[in-house]
Amino acid sequence: MNTVFTKTYAEPEYNTKEILRYSASDISSDEIKDYARKCIDEARSDLIYKVCYMETDVAIRGNTVDFGLFKAESKNLSYTLRNSHRAIIFCATVGIKLDRLIAKYMKSDVAKAFMLQAIGTERCESLCDTFINDMKNQYKDKDIFFTPRFSPGYGDLKIDTQKDIFGILDLPRKIGVTLNDSLIISPSKSVTAIVGLSETDCGYSLNKCKNCNIKECTFRQ
Amino acid sequence: MNLKEYLKDNIIYLDGGMGTLLQEAGLKPGEHPELWNITHPDKIISIHKAYFDAGSNVVNTNTFGANTLHFDENKLEEIIKAAIENATKAKNESINTSPKFVSLDIGPLGRLLKPYGDLDFEEAIEIFAHTVRLGVKYGCDLITIETMNDSYETKAAVIAAKENSKLPVFVSNAYSDDSNLMTGASPEAMVCMLEGLGADAIGVNCSFGPKELSEVIDRILECSSTPVIFKPNAGLPKTENGKTVFDVTEEEFAREIASKVKKGVRVIGGCCGTTPNHIKALFEKTKDIKALEIEHKNLTVVSSYTHTVEFDSLPILIGERINPTGKKRFKQALIENDIDYILNEGLRQKDAGVHILDVNVGLPDIDEAKMLKSATKELQAIINLPLQIDTSDILAMEQALRVYNGKALVNSVNGKEESMEGVFPLIKKYGGVVIALTLDESGIPETKEGRIKIAEKILKKAQEYGIEKKDIIFDTLAMTVSADKNAAKVTLDTLEYIKTKMGIHTSLGVSNVSFGLPKRDFINSSFFTMALSKGLSTAIMNPFSTDMMKAYHSYKALMGMDDNFSEYIEYASGIVTEEKLSAADNKSSKDEGLSPLQNAIIKGLKEQASSITKELLKDKEPLDIISEEVIPALDIVGKGFEEKTVYLPQLLMSAEASKCAFEMVKCHMTESKSEMKVKCPVVLATVKGDIHDIGKNIVKLLMENYGFKVYDLGKDVKPEEIVNCVIKNNVPIVGLSALMTTTIPAMEETVKLLRKKAPDTKIIVGGAVLNLEYAEKMGADKYAKDAMEGVRYADEIFGSLI
Repeated sequence: MNTVFTKTYAEPEYNTKEILRYSASDISSDEIKDYARKCIDEARSDLIYKVCYMETDVAIRGNTVDFGLFKAESKNLSYTLRNSHRAIIFCATVGIKLDRLIAKYMKSDVAKAFMLQAIGTERCESLCDTFINDMKNQYKDKDIFFTPRFSPGYGDLKIDTQKDIFGILDLPRKIGVTLNDSLIISPSKSVTAIVGLSETDCGYSLNKCKNCNIKECTFRQ
Repeated sequence: MNLKEYLKDNIIYLDGGMGTLLQEAGLKPGEHPELWNITHPDKIISIHKAYFDAGSNVVNTNTFGANTLHFDENKLEEIIKAAIENATKAKNESINTSPKFVSLDIGPLGRLLKPYGDLDFEEAIEIFAHTVRLGVKYGCDLITIETMNDSYETKAAVIAAKENSKLPVFVSNAYSDDSNLMTGASPEAMVCMLEGLGADAIGVNCSFGPKELSEVIDRILECSSTPVIFKPNAGLPKTENGKTVFDVTEEEFAREIASKVKKGVRVIGGCCGTTPNHIKALFEKTKDIKALEIEHKNLTVVSSYTHTVEFDSLPILIGERINPTGKKRFKQALIENDIDYILNEGLRQKDAGVHILDVNVGLPDIDEAKMLKSATKELQAIINLPLQIDTSDILAMEQALRVYNGKALVNSVNGKEESMEGVFPLIKKYGGVVIALTLDESGIPETKEGRIKIAEKILKKAQEYGIEKKDIIFDTLAMTVSADKNAAKVTLDTLEYIKTKMGIHTSLGVSNVSFGLPKRDFINSSFFTMALSKGLSTAIMNPFSTDMMKAYHSYKALMGMDDNFSEYIEYASGIVTEEKLSAADNKSSKDEGLSPLQNAIIKGLKEQASSITKELLKDKEPLDIISEEVIPALDIVGKGFEEKTVYLPQLLMSAEASKCAFEMVKCHMTESKSEMKVKCPVVLATVKGDIHDIGKNIVKLLMENYGFKVYDLGKDVKPEEIVNCVIKNNVPIVGLSALMTTTIPAMEETVKLLRKKAPDTKIIVGGAVLNLEYAEKMGADKYAKDAMEGVRYADEIFGSLI
């Protein structure tokens, strides 16, 4: 039987550089950094850090990735999971209150709404990283390697895969994350993803930039 | 046996988990358990029977997700019919001899309601209503609405249950680890709203184990005058030998719940991970505990979607600024359907410290019902203060109360038969605390005795409608003192009598007292203090009046209502003097070659931009300020953005600052009855199915800055609505936004319809997934890669029109 777990995490460390990147800001400007910090202070009490996840078997046949509970057709995903026999399917959210705060500033201060959007994106990414590190920690004695996370909409993985993920994780009930007819997730700062677990090292780096093909990116770390 | 009768003196036992048992029986994650009513009736009957046998009085049908979002109408009817038959069969076959009932189980829809999701409130009501009607048709004994983690969806479900059945309605919510619902409502806010809607039992289910929910259940017991439900999980799940198990034992589960039964919980059972053994243990542990009588808490309380405001010993401030009376700029905003202006009045009042916002949008020339409903929805989307629905139009009142996410304050009813007959049924149906004015068909009595007589009449009539005295606040009517020197005295004497002798809360619209006098705030604030000392519970007042706020904070400090004077000190130290402001203005005037206003705009300083514009308006023509100061500053920033020396956040901050300058000019011109010139109108919308609107809002901000009149249709907008607005207002330019590949088809559909119905309209498209190729393919006139490009194109089009 596949058990669905939910976890609440403490606030992950902020990555100001990423916030400035998401907000298309001048990363050398101290004024903007101060502004971002003020926005963080305002958002802080409205953020939660919840993850809902399940571990499942995975079998690859050609471009078909079979998770037992559902199948996905994707060349890119089957390549990423090529050495994986297990996978973690998860959803991370920073909650609906941030959406309300952003909506408030959409009406009264678009500049601030925009910065809060960037903060929300960074928070959600940091939460995903925190979760994966937590999972890695749980497997640290077992010589298990993790693939990079792969979300519906990446490469050729259809965004419809959201429906399957929502079905098996029971997300509305577990962590209040919902999916609409256009496959848009609410709260807006939520992510679903799949991570493969394998016993062979596929050579993925801990630094996500090193797994990315865009070499000329100014934010490459 | 009647369930409501049985509930009066007995503990009611509910059932335990269904999902966990079905999974053990072979249900796969993602599979619809409701279909098992048809495909595996024996397994369902056996689970129901096991619960009845274990001691359950009420068993929920296996219909948690049975609604038209998941099943077509025929299948849904088949499921609900089978589900009720299965539960009824189990009931009839059970060895349990105590009264037994079959409850139609209704779970959440799994979709978030607008504005944060895409499901309309009325649509949600209709989906629930469909399920309820089928439940009634096939003979359920009660309706259980459970595991709801959003207050608004809970309200939709309760309205559906009440409008389509006369059955008892039990409501339980799933709480998060911060002891609130996931969308923010506190336990107190849920009790307040649900009691207002007439739920027969209120409580908590699912979420966590009984220990973790202890605080939530205690808080519900503290404020509920309705039987309380407690139906927790068997703790948290874990995996053991490939099986999901829960970490709370049956004994521990029963012990924890029994401790809450002793505190007054009356309806008990289990949720995820609990089995008939848990219910049996629970029954054994509690069967000898005497059911405690439900204590009537007698609280006068209103709620928003997050919290309650209680009328008790601390005075409550109701902000009066969302009201067109005597405000030209507000009237203009209403006529132009400028919701943003109204919202900003609300936000400013919240910042000024009010507890409740009065919402009055009545004007002779507008559709008040439509506007009040819209203002209520928009305000509650971004401000968490309870609202006071202020109207004499019964239709408008009903529409606003229906969509309000909480229990509202209602302004007002009075002693006239027509008023009471119109307002009281609405209070009974939707809940609410109502302000009752002590006047009737014969007018406003001049004496205290006359007003008290009317108050008594109103109370009597309210009781006939089943409305309790705690849900009424009397307004003893502040009359103009300049017309009658004793007016204030009569008002205060009546107020004191109602508060102290009748034990009912009181309210006043304070400002009326000074009508016709100079420096009205002097009189208002003194009158306010006098009324507070006579027992005034709440005042409808202007929070931007320093005198009024001084009176309020001083009163609290003097009456021992402000520990360590912390509120007073914070207020006093926050008052900004005129000198300080002008010093700040001068500070921003250092840069060479630029005026102070231009500097403020370029640096994105909103307050400075406002205050400098206000100063400039004293001796400069409004339109000269725009053309000589604001536009050149905007151009500097806009060009900088295009040349990549200014980044997007700075561009937006400057745009916000210039918007403040514009608003100041607009206000000035409205007062002097002149009109601001605009270029041409532009319609902006995020297309149907898409709920991302940051891009569209950035374009709106810049378009307005550059002088275009923007019709902002919002997000998730149907093609027809966009076309209708274009045709109705003769709009030459439309801007469409979409962020998802899944919503591009809706954009294409909109472009197509525009081409057909309004072929001359120029269409700009933008959004993260779009590019020039896509835009050309769908037949748009322009792909704008950013907001500035959109504005420049609109300028070109406008240039070609003149």
